[in-house]
Parts: sequence; structure tokens; C-alpha cells
Amino acid sequence: MALPSYADPLEKAWHYTYLVICTLIFLFLIAPILVVMPLSFNAEPYFTFTDKMLNFDPTGYSTRWYDMLLTFGMLAPDAPRDTSWWADAWTNAAWINAAKNSVIIGFFSTILATGLGTVAALGLSRPEMPARRVIMAILISPMIVPIIIVATGLFFFYSAISIQNWGIPYLGVILAHATLGIPFVIITVTATLVGFDHSLTRAAANMGADPITTFRRVQMPLILPGVISGALFAFVTSFDEVVVVLFVGGLDEQTIPRQMWNGIREQISPAILSVATILVLISIALLTTVELLRRRSERLRGMSPG
Amino acid sequence: MTDATANGQTGQLTTADGKPLKQALARAQSRAKRKAFFLVLPLLAFILITFVIPIGQMLHKSFYNEGFTVHEEIGSGVRTPIMTNLAAWFDENPLGTEPNETAYAALAADLVVLKDLRAAGQAGTRINYEKSGSRSMFTKAARKADKLEPPFKEAILDLDKDWADPELWRVMRDASSSYTGNFYLAAVDRTKDVNGNVVMVDENRQVYVKLFQRTLFLSLLITFLTFVLAYPIAHLLATLPLRHSNLLMILVLLPFWTSLLVRTTSWMVLLQSQGVINDSLVGMGLLGDENRLQMMYNQLGTVIAMTHILLPFMVLPLYSVMRPINPSYVRAARSLGATSWTAFRRIYFPQTVPGIGAGALLVFILAVGYYITPALVGGADGQLISNLIAFHMQKSLNWSLAAALAALLLGGVMILYWLYDRLIGIDNLKLG
Repeated sequence: MALPSYADPLEKAWHYTYLVICTLIFLFLIAPILVVMPLSFNAEPYFTFTDKMLNFDPTGYSTRWYDMLLTFGMLAPDAPRDTSWWADAWTNAAWINAAKNSVIIGFFSTILATGLGTVAALGLSRPEMPARRVIMAILISPMIVPIIIVATGLFFFYSAISIQNWGIPYLGVILAHATLGIPFVIITVTATLVGFDHSLTRAAANMGADPITTFRRVQMPLILPGVISGALFAFVTSFDEVVVVLFVGGLDEQTIPRQMWNGIREQISPAILSVATILVLISIALLTTVELLRRRSERLRGMSPG
Repeated sequence: MTDATANGQTGQLTTADGKPLKQALARAQSRAKRKAFFLVLPLLAFILITFVIPIGQMLHKSFYNEGFTVHEEIGSGVRTPIMTNLAAWFDENPLGTEPNETAYAALAADLVVLKDLRAAGQAGTRINYEKSGSRSMFTKAARKADKLEPPFKEAILDLDKDWADPELWRVMRDASSSYTGNFYLAAVDRTKDVNGNVVMVDENRQVYVKLFQRTLFLSLLITFLTFVLAYPIAHLLATLPLRHSNLLMILVLLPFWTSLLVRTTSWMVLLQSQGVINDSLVGMGLLGDENRLQMMYNQLGTVIAMTHILLPFMVLPLYSVMRPINPSYVRAARSLGATSWTAFRRIYFPQTVPGIGAGALLVFILAVGYYITPALVGGADGQLISNLIAFHMQKSLNWSLAAALAALLLGGVMILYWLYDRLIGIDNLKLG
């Protein structure tokens, strides 16, 4: 994006204006996400920077909202912080329970989505696949159909088959979240399979490997980065999903987004901002993982520009 | 494997074991097809059960309502037909017949059934969807159903003279069949008059068409804004050397990976009247403390937050189209005497149109169905159609109307999705 040497003054002026505009747009993208971080350390229950915070006065900052995440819902939040206090927090604190539920639901829905999605992607990438276009369109549609329609449909369906009486906790939400995560798995895994050299599998078969060995030793290592990114996408989708949980989740199936949703609608407290900060840090970690995986995959397939 | 040898007698090519080559090939191909399909089958079955069937069942409710025809006991699930006498009278007498004594007798008999089953509330609610105020008439009449004596017309009219309302009889006639298109009419602000003609509802009750229009308008506006914001940065990302652009790309991908609720919360923090933006403006003296900007709980809040949330969906397709564009085309145009504006307009821009189409269609599809952000920052006039579906599901409990609205929304989205598949191809959907 270097300015050519033949640029006239007007073009130079425009070039710098353009860079300023781009900076502002990047700021628009990233500032809202960063702004919650310092505010979550606010000592006052406000959603803005207090004078003390702006003057970097240490008394303007505190970790009280993070502390509240632990204590909220506990039986004896003011007891001395020994082993029994931590045990109390682990079993009773509302946010910790929400996090546990989120992780359980996210884990099982990710396993389901990734397993089914990867196998399907292998089939979809075969040139012989019949009705490929229609089937692909159906499998991707959970990403496109408005979430309220999915939630409404599942609400009626689950009450018709009374899924809550089946005795498997979280089942309805797990199945729904797996459905919502599947398009991401399909997209990422088929993308890794696009550049896949099919002569490798034929070579393996030629050397006497059965189809399962071929898959395990030849295909799997090559598509693994795509599978893991797909799984991470599916996990994030579940971890972030609130509408389906609101419609079909039982009263005891509180997840982090549902707890946040309630918090935002009722009494929005800076505790929400501390949750938000933690979630942003998690997404930074996930994004880094996915980026590293993508580069690894490109390197493996010799697609890296250098 | 298919060691082809020429068969001298028939002139046909056969495999080693004597099968015609063509047949062997066809068999091998269909086996490969079946194998590929069996890999996809488990997932297809899963999606059918957890996604397609539930939505189909929900759509069925948009034109099928048993509120006035069948009572199902909670727990045991015993189903009893209700309003049978009235339905029989409706069958015998065409629309427009003045309800006579036989009709009222049928009604009285049905009210007794309602009382026994305690189903008056259910039947009244069904009528209430189309004619407000009628639910209490049903519960009141059912309570006294045992004491009704001939002549039934007078007896019932004594309870409430609104029972003679021809409008009510028209609604009861329609509701006496489980299949009805009236919820779709209601979803586009229309109703039937006494003679069964489709007419607009009263002006002060016309909400849905306006809401569809608003959803369309706001989605178009958001799509346009994301385009305006995404184009420059996608161009910058595409023209920078990869090492730098990968770093800047993180700024686009981080919002994409961050929880939707977190991003919505951040905007609430920024836009509140006691929030960061207003405080900064007041602090800088640009704004008096008393006239802080109202940027949230209205359409502005919805537009700002949704533009931010959907921006990565525009940047990514634009970027993937712009990256492979060869810079020598623009340079050639310049050396042939084009100004930089002409070179952009005539050479660069046309090459990016596929990316614009892909991004715009994707953002628009996602925007029309948005629920969470409008619900949290939209206030009263920043709500979209999804929020109204949620309202009818959770608050007004008019599930058939919710299903009809959902069906209309889904139809629109499906058309756009089909268009997307036609023009861009689902295979080209990329996530970072």
C-alpha cells in the first residue's frame, strides 16, 4: 500500500485521509471490546470512567466485581476464605454454576457436532457425492435460519416429545447447540479438504492400507487443523448461545449467556463487565489457537506464501 | 482391477471376470456414490430430527389450531372434540345466515360440554385472537351453561347481548375448522369482515406490516453501513503485505470471536446517557449536561450495535475477493492516462462486485432475523420482527400468530439463501 512516486499532492492528501479513515474504522471495531476491560475494575457501580480512574488513582480501581462473581449466590459469602468457603463457592455461586453448565453443554454439543460434521464433510468432499448442492444447503441452513425460529420450533418439538422426562440432563439444549455448531464444522473441514490431494489415499491403498488405516494415518493428520478449528467454532457457538437456552432450557439450566442476559435485562451491574472481560480473554485465546492452526494447515499443505 | 480384454465374439470390452466393462464401471460408480452418501447420512438424519422437523411442526401451527375444535386433557392426553354442534350447524348453513334458535341451541349444548371439560378458557382464547373481548364471554356463559333453558337465543342474549354480534359468529365459523389461514391474514394486518371478505384491520391496530417494513429498512441500512465501513479496511488489508495484514486482520476477527452478548453489553456501556460517549462529550464541553444524547433504547442503538456486530461478515468476503486482484491492472490503467478515481471506478471496483454481493447478502440475511441486540438496546421503536415473534411466544401466547410471522420471515430468508447459493455458492462461505 505504498504511495507511488508519481502521486500528485491531491492523491497524497487522499492517501493520508484514507489511512485516517481506516484507523477510525478499526477503532470502531475494537474499541467497544476493549472499553469493558478497564471499566470492569471500576470501584464505583458506574458504567463510565470516574475521575479517580482517569487520574490513575489506585482507589478508583478495585476487583470487587470479580469478587462478586464468586460470592453471588453463596450461602456464607462473608465467612473466612478457607477450604469450606471455596467449597461453598464451587457448589453454590451462581456464576460458577452457570460456567459449569456452559462447559458441560458446550463440551457435549461440540463432540456431537464435530464427530457428525467431520464424517459428513468427508462424504461431501468426494466427487461422487450425489445431490451435493441440496444436501450442503440443508446442512448449512442452521446458520442462516433466524435463531428465534429455531428456538420456537424446538420449544414446540421438545414439549411434544416431552424431552425433559427422558432423564438426561441438558439433552435438549445439547442437541440444539450441536445443530447450530454443525455448519461451522462443515465449512471449516470441507475448506481443508478442498486442497486435499486424493492421490495420497490411493497411494496408501496401493501400499496395502485398509480404509480405516488410510483415514487414521493419512487423511486425519492433514485435516486435523480444520477439524479442531471447526470444533472451536462449534464450542464458541454453544458457549455464546442464549435464545435457545431461554426457550427450551430448564430453570436449573443456567448458562453464562443466560445469566448475562438476565443481568442485563434486570439490574445491570459492573459484574456483567467483569464476566465480559473474562469472555473477551477467552475469545482472544481461542482466536490465537485458530490462527496458529490455520497457518499450520497451510504449511502442511504447502499453501503458505512464505 | 478392471483388466479389460477385447472379447472377439461380441466385440464388447469385458473385465477379467467376464462382465461388460460399462456395467462394471456403473456398478463401481454407484458404489462410490452410496459410500459418499452413507458418510453424510448420519448428519443428515440428525439435522432432520433436530432442525427440519421441529421447524416444520412449528409452521404447521401457523395454519392449524385446535383451540376451538379439540380439547386435550393435560396429563392423560385424552382428546375430546368440542363445539361439535355448532360446527354441524355451520356446515348446514352457509356464511351470512342469521343465527337462529337452532344455532343458539347448538351453542348452548356446546357450552355445557365446555363447562364439563373446563375448556371455556381455551375456546374463548381462540376466538379472542380474532375478536378481542370474547374470552370473558365464553367463560361467563360456560359457568351458567347448565341453567340455560329454551328459548336459547333469548337466554344467551340475556347473559351478554354481544353474542348476537355477526362478527363473533363469523370468527366462530372460521375457528370451528382446525385449518385456517386467518393467522396469516393477521400477520399482514388483514382480517375478514362479516361476509368473509378480506379487509385491513383498524388503522391503530396495524402493526405487523409496519414492523416488516421497519425490519427491511433497518436491515438495508445496516447492510449499507457495513459496506461503507468494510470496503476501505478490506482494501487496506488486501493491499498490505501479508505479514502486516495478518496482524490487522486480528482486529477484524477478534470481534467476530467475541460473544454477542459481550459486544451488545459494550455498546450499552458506550451509548448509555450516563455512558462513556456522553460523558466524554460533556467532559469536553461539546454537550450540556442536561441535553445528553439519547443513543440507546431506540433505532439508533440497534443500528449502531448491529453494524458493529455484522461488520466482520462484510469484511471477510470482500477481503477474499480483493486479495487476488492483480495490482498491475490498476497500474496499467494509470499508465494509459486514467486518473486514480477513474482507475478505481472502472478497473478496481468492478472486480470487487462479487465480494460486495456475497457480503451484502450475508449481512442482510443475518440482520433480518436478529433478535438479541434489538431486544437489549432497541427500546420500543428499535424492535425487529424476531422480537415480535418472541413476544407472541412468551407474553401474548398467541402461538399460531407467532408461527405465521415466523413462516413469513423464514420464507423471506429462504429466498435470499437460495439466491446466495445461486449467485455465490454456499461452498464459498468462509470464516476467517
